[in-house]
Amino acid sequence: MSDERKIRILVAKPGLDGHDRGAKVIASAFRDAGFEVIYTGLHQTPEMIVNAAVQEDVDVVAMSVLSGAHMTLFPRVKELLDESGADHVLLTGGGIIPEDDVAALEERGIGRLFGPGTPTTAAIEYVREWFAAQNTA
Amino acid sequence: MSTIERELESRSELERTLRERERELADLKARLAEWEETAESTPQRETLFSTISGREVKPLYTALDRTEASDEDDLGMPGSFPFTRGPYATMYRTRLWTMRQFAGFATAEETNERYKYLLDHGQTGLSVAFDFPTLMGYDSDHPRSLGEVGVCGVAISSLADMEQLFDGIPLDQVSVSMTINGPAIILFCFYVAAAERQGVDVSELRGTVQNDILKEYQAQHAWVFPPEPALRCIVDMFEWCSENTPKYNPISISGYHIREAGATAAEELAFTLRNGFEYVERGIARGLDVDAFAPRLSFFFDVHNDFFEEIAKLRAARRIWARGMKEKYGARNPESWRLRTHCQTAGVSLTAQQAENNIVRVAYQAMAAALGGTQSLHTNSMDETLSLPTEKAVRIALRSQQILAFESGVTNTIDPLAGSYFVESLTDDLEAEALELFDEIDALGGVVPGIEQGWFQQEIAASAMRQQREVESGDRVVVGVNHFTEGSEKIEIDTLKIDPDVEKRQVAKMAAMRDDRDGARVRETLDALREACGADENVVPRILDCARAHCTLYEIRAAMEDVFGAYKEPVFF
Repeated sequence: MSDERKIRILVAKPGLDGHDRGAKVIASAFRDAGFEVIYTGLHQTPEMIVNAAVQEDVDVVAMSVLSGAHMTLFPRVKELLDESGADHVLLTGGGIIPEDDVAALEERGIGRLFGPGTPTTAAIEYVREWFAAQNTA
Repeated sequence: MSTIERELESRSELERTLRERERELADLKARLAEWEETAESTPQRETLFSTISGREVKPLYTALDRTEASDEDDLGMPGSFPFTRGPYATMYRTRLWTMRQFAGFATAEETNERYKYLLDHGQTGLSVAFDFPTLMGYDSDHPRSLGEVGVCGVAISSLADMEQLFDGIPLDQVSVSMTINGPAIILFCFYVAAAERQGVDVSELRGTVQNDILKEYQAQHAWVFPPEPALRCIVDMFEWCSENTPKYNPISISGYHIREAGATAAEELAFTLRNGFEYVERGIARGLDVDAFAPRLSFFFDVHNDFFEEIAKLRAARRIWARGMKEKYGARNPESWRLRTHCQTAGVSLTAQQAENNIVRVAYQAMAAALGGTQSLHTNSMDETLSLPTEKAVRIALRSQQILAFESGVTNTIDPLAGSYFVESLTDDLEAEALELFDEIDALGGVVPGIEQGWFQQEIAASAMRQQREVESGDRVVVGVNHFTEGSEKIEIDTLKIDPDVEKRQVAKMAAMRDDRDGARVRETLDALREACGADENVVPRILDCARAHCTLYEIRAAMEDVFGAYKEPVFF
């Protein structure tokens, strides 16, 4: 890539759950991989996350959800992103999300969702490939 | 023999013993050197010989690893200072640990059924898992609760819910542990009020409320108020419980969440005990007699994968606590020195891949908890990286404890690993490391400044990252994840699904409850609570009045927040 720029990614922790080990690990891994990383901190509403995504003009929003509220939170953030004219932003994430729900969310335009035990390199590679595809299209 | 002759005799005897001991040590050193030579010329497997916490483990431990320690001072007998060998004299010969499975999902009604099921299957205590809205002090019908009601635990928003949770379960006969922290004082008052409605004498209540806010700021993050008012509420609980519910533990000082968030064993040990001493200092600063509240302080530790390190951690914890309480805080009642703990196997060690393997992980961890001398135990279910556990998975987890307790023989004798060169050396090392970490915390100005500076949070995150790197590089073997994988890692076990109607039912129930209650009484009790929060007054009786008047969790939280403010997290990453 000639005009190589850093991928901007918002790592977000939506809902009331405070388990942020995964969010912090993936945020550090993205940073080590050369991404520009913004971490929202805890207990974010979908509105707060989308505001931050728009303000920070990110390419990707990566949400960590372990609370079981994924079927509410992912679609809501996607909906708000689309409404804010940020439908080009990739919404991806990870957490404790049963396979059936992963498939249902992917059908609704959510990117890949990674489960427990995924190496951070798999998520990094996915985001890089997505970004490269966007910029060659 | 004259006195002088006798003295000379005993002196020469002593000299003889010393010479003998020196000879033995020299002999041991020589044999060790010989062994080292053999070991050095023998190839070793290419793998990490360190614990999951990164502690290097030597290939061989001998008497030379503990020459400075004195068994009498460091070990003592079980049930006596410094309690290294166990908090009670006869341990499991008298009473097994309490088998207490943490459970809660959907509404109070459904969880009540699960509790009755568990009690019917031989569980000996209850442990309440609340949903995230409850943990954060929100009612089920609050907008922030959307999508989370009853999902990760049971939704309890008022006295009515608490009553239903324990319907048909007499609260003077079953000990109940409640995992709640930010709004702990409110849920505790719902519990006391529910017991009153059962006609139970509240002085008979046995059980524990977690109520450990310091580790929330450090690791678990379910807070409500800022540190100072939150700590004041905890001391209010110490005071009220010591007078009104003398058999109830008003706190469970918890390392579990610190460890799960990524801390090492030594960090878990040090942060937890230092938090414990912080609560003691706060109680003393209030003017309470340390021996009036310290006997009811209880603990909660993680039992992770590294078998011996976990056993040593529990032994070291008892010793550090006993010494601190006696020597630093001047407690005179041996009950104040005695560290009693609950343990839970390590949730973070479970794998989604080949989930049935988790049964084996949990069994080893549970054995470490028993050999470490725990007073109660939760064994995780194999499916908990996928969802809340199914009934079958919980039953296997409980049966694992029963097999351990009744078939394995580990309960026959007390502290069977005492005197092991390795275990004693690990116990000494963990104690020394914890004391070093205490010094670091003191250098930051104490626990609360350490939280405000993000020190604990950053230490824990750094340890988590180191462990992640070890796993990703493949150096730290995780069976089924980075080694011994099976290609297709499709999940093959049943999982529990929460009915999406739970939220609707719970919201409707709350609306009916709000219609039924006496609105004037609600306002009066909340006003009185606000006043107490701003005054130099114990808030427990005021919150109890609110609970009896059917004020909701969020109404009570909001009234307190009017005076106390809300905690704002400093974001460190």
